[in-house]
Amino acid sequence: MFGIEDKYVSLAYLLCIASSLLCVVYGLLNWNRGQEETREEDVRWAQEEKHVEEEL
Amino acid sequence: MLAQSGVGLTQILVVVLYLLVVVYLGWLGYSRTKTATDYLVAGRKIHPFVMAMSYGATFISTSAIVGFGGVAGLFGMSVLWLTFCNIFVGIFIAFVVLAPPARRMGHRLDAHTFPELLGRRYESKFVQVFAGLVIFLFIPLYAAAVLIGGCEFISTQFNIDYNVALLVFSVIIAAYVVMGGLKGVMYSDALQGSIMFLGMLILLIFTYAKLGGVTRAHTRLTDLAPLVPGSLQSIGHRGWTAMPAFGFGDPKYNLWWIVISTITLGVGIGVLAQPQLVVRFMTVKSRRELNRAVAVGGVFIIIMTGVAFTVGSLSNAYLANYGDPMTGRVAKMLDEDKGLAVLQIMTKNDAGVWTEVEGKMAPVKLFEGELDAAAQEAGIRTGRSISVVYAGGSADQIIPTYITKAMPTWFGLLFLLTLLAAAMSTLSSQFHAVGTSIGRDVYEQLTERHEHSIIVNRTGIIIGIIIAMLWSYYARGGYIIARATAIFFGLCASAFLPAFIGGLFWKRITRPAAIASMVAGFVVTAFWLLFVKAAEAGDIGLVQKLTGGQRSILANSHNWPVVDPLVVALPVSVIVAVVVSLLTKPPSQEHMSRCFK
Repeated sequence: MFGIEDKYVSLAYLLCIASSLLCVVYGLLNWNRGQEETREEDVRWAQEEKHVEEEL
Repeated sequence: MLAQSGVGLTQILVVVLYLLVVVYLGWLGYSRTKTATDYLVAGRKIHPFVMAMSYGATFISTSAIVGFGGVAGLFGMSVLWLTFCNIFVGIFIAFVVLAPPARRMGHRLDAHTFPELLGRRYESKFVQVFAGLVIFLFIPLYAAAVLIGGCEFISTQFNIDYNVALLVFSVIIAAYVVMGGLKGVMYSDALQGSIMFLGMLILLIFTYAKLGGVTRAHTRLTDLAPLVPGSLQSIGHRGWTAMPAFGFGDPKYNLWWIVISTITLGVGIGVLAQPQLVVRFMTVKSRRELNRAVAVGGVFIIIMTGVAFTVGSLSNAYLANYGDPMTGRVAKMLDEDKGLAVLQIMTKNDAGVWTEVEGKMAPVKLFEGELDAAAQEAGIRTGRSISVVYAGGSADQIIPTYITKAMPTWFGLLFLLTLLAAAMSTLSSQFHAVGTSIGRDVYEQLTERHEHSIIVNRTGIIIGIIIAMLWSYYARGGYIIARATAIFFGLCASAFLPAFIGGLFWKRITRPAAIASMVAGFVVTAFWLLFVKAAEAGDIGLVQKLTGGQRSILANSHNWPVVDPLVVALPVSVIVAVVVSLLTKPPSQEHMSRCFK
């Protein structure tokens, strides 16, 4: 297939394209799903992370 | 020196301009609060393109492009199994399955590093310090792989000494790190990701176009199978579009175990427990950003490693058809119909006499070159060889050699920026991990003090950069970039993955189980690298003293000396985690509700 001699290498080539497409389709289907309110713990975490960054 | 090299004013100006833009973006991000954390503090969302590009630029480095691309040039397209893992495991599984709970748990437990996440999940100082030390000690090895990848290209493209390239490259990286590169400014990363994407996309299109299209290019590569050098044929190489011979118990299966266990599994699975990548998950605002990043990330990775591995393999087809001609006498005809032969390389001396270059043979595709009558009478033929021959026997030189010989000069410059971007984004996250692991995870935990933490962080980073430079100076040759990367990824998988995944999804996993699993994964990996895996054990040298000169304690058991530590260490680490969990007291309900709520 595609000039590739070995079916397992052809399979790897196809799976690379297929898994990339899977990511695109999944991302588009769930584009607006999973929105979450920012919780207190998120803000607290971000403030501490800012502090960690400053120290570097 | 510069006058003798290929470095011109244009090259220097473009690189300086690029660095100025990156530094400006970094400064802009710093002064106007545009790091990922700032977005989260302000409760704003990061554009999914920026998030995915940032993650991708951190994930993919010169190691993947130059190191593993070169491995593909040597071993062929079977390495594409790693690209499949990069996309399916490194993006899909990582973002869809692991990232949401890792992000939530990280925020709940107020964890800011990967060791801290593990330490707080298991309420164990030992876990955090141990993980911090492993990262601090071994991440410079991976950083060295990234440095070597950049320097191999710079030295080839601009015809300058490798050590000069290493010095210049290290100074640029150190300056970038010092000037705010560690702060994870999303727009700098996104710019770097975009340059990488553009560079690799052009490389793919150019290569397929030069070789006559997708199918024609692959067919031309398939036809070259008889040119595989004897040393590779004897370990199972059957051509650049074929899988290596599969089996166990015979040296002719060695290559299959190298490609699948070290190259594919070591790196393909190890990505899930990469400390610098796990922390990225925590910086997003919600699961929606992760979902969106999956779409961009999936495309980004195929254009990175998919292209590097395909072009690396196809470089053989290009060079065997359009590379610099070689002259010599046919020592062995491999395929009369296809004109494939082994050539004893010969050169004409000043007196016009053809003489053999001693010991220099090359597998070539013959063609009718312009030879004078005397040469024809002497039986001299012309041919073009495969990538590794033009690369002087080093897989790490295959991609740089191909870019220099096949691509236009302007592309060499774009590719330099691509590699600079790939190296800078990955190295900054690696040194970020070095600093936090030694400061926050080791020093603060052991001393229970915070006041000198900044000094420890920065000293740790400087030590990390120096160690990475020393590795890059001393460890060259073979396919060291891919091997060094695989060691770090495999070590992370074996030592951390069961504790990390167990901690996210299995409430029954206990502190003693996590400790035992991490120590077992580390010890088995270290043992395997010191005494069993011939490539590494042989170089370290301890095993020779033990066995009287053998490079592996299993030297006489075929295939074992090329099997990656991960194949043994990860199952051991998983089994230990499960068995010890079932034998020890479950964690308190109170702590579980704090972790999972």
